[in-house]
Amino acid sequence: MKPAPDIYSIYQMMEREHIILSFKGHITKELMSSVYQIIDSRLDAIDEHPKKKKKVYNILVESLQNIYHHMDELQQEEDPEHSTSRDAMFMIVRGEDGIYKIHTGNYVLKSKCDLLQTRIDEINGMSPEELRAHYVDRLNTTELSAKGGAGLGIIDIARKSGNKLGYSFNPVSEKFSFFSLIVSID
Amino acid sequence: MENLSLIAGPKTPHVLLDQSGVIELKGKSIPENSVEFYKPVFDWLDAYATNPKPATKVLVALEYFNTSSSKCILDVFRKLEAIHKSGKSAVSISWLYDDEDEDMMETGEDYQTIVKVPFTISKSS
Repeated sequence: MKPAPDIYSIYQMMEREHIILSFKGHITKELMSSVYQIIDSRLDAIDEHPKKKKKVYNILVESLQNIYHHMDELQQEEDPEHSTSRDAMFMIVRGEDGIYKIHTGNYVLKSKCDLLQTRIDEINGMSPEELRAHYVDRLNTTELSAKGGAGLGIIDIARKSGNKLGYSFNPVSEKFSFFSLIVSID
Repeated sequence: MENLSLIAGPKTPHVLLDQSGVIELKGKSIPENSVEFYKPVFDWLDAYATNPKPATKVLVALEYFNTSSSKCILDVFRKLEAIHKSGKSAVSISWLYDDEDEDMMETGEDYQTIVKVPFTISKSS
């Protein structure tokens, strides 16, 4: 009988897709600390340009913390039908062209999808100057939530990336969709 | 009042709040809960505001920070702005960024437009 899952084919796939780090599970503070360290040393090991290294690091921090804070909110919406709703996934890819792609995936309430989509479309429609003005405006006028979020994360990610954000929603249950986000750094 | 000095951690900056009127913020600031981290800084500034030194020199040399910290940093600047406006102390903020780090330079400029305090931006090297 063939062992399932076939770890070698997963290994080959990760090799082929230039995945330098990938994780599936709960995003905890401890995990994030380790990931920051790993990515820091990986980027040093390949002698990445300091400017790009900083961008990748920054965007990664912001993406993971976005999910982390979001999971905290979701906890209050515990769904017996979907006990894995606090699971998430992320993957960091460095293509042969040196372009990084940070993929994240996490569950979001279906009731929040429209708002999130509108927000990303809005951000994708902005020029760098508009993004900057939008960031400053929000920084200046929005109050922090108890956990320290102010909806600035996604604007900051778009601003630092300099590219349009890629995203999709996969419906998984009555209540949840799986939200995937791709951020490119070139 | 006492001085407050925090040693830099893997996710938190070096912080110095000296009653002689010297304030420093250096390194990186990426804690998950920034409000918790900056609370003692806010408290110290509130106490300092009651009887500040004639001059308050603020040095900010951050490598990077998360958006949650960016809001707290603005709140620190707002408290300094209030001290400056009270006329009790001449506050000046010096924002240093690594050579080539345009993102950090831009961020400094963003704060400069919001906060009405003498604010200089320069390369650290």
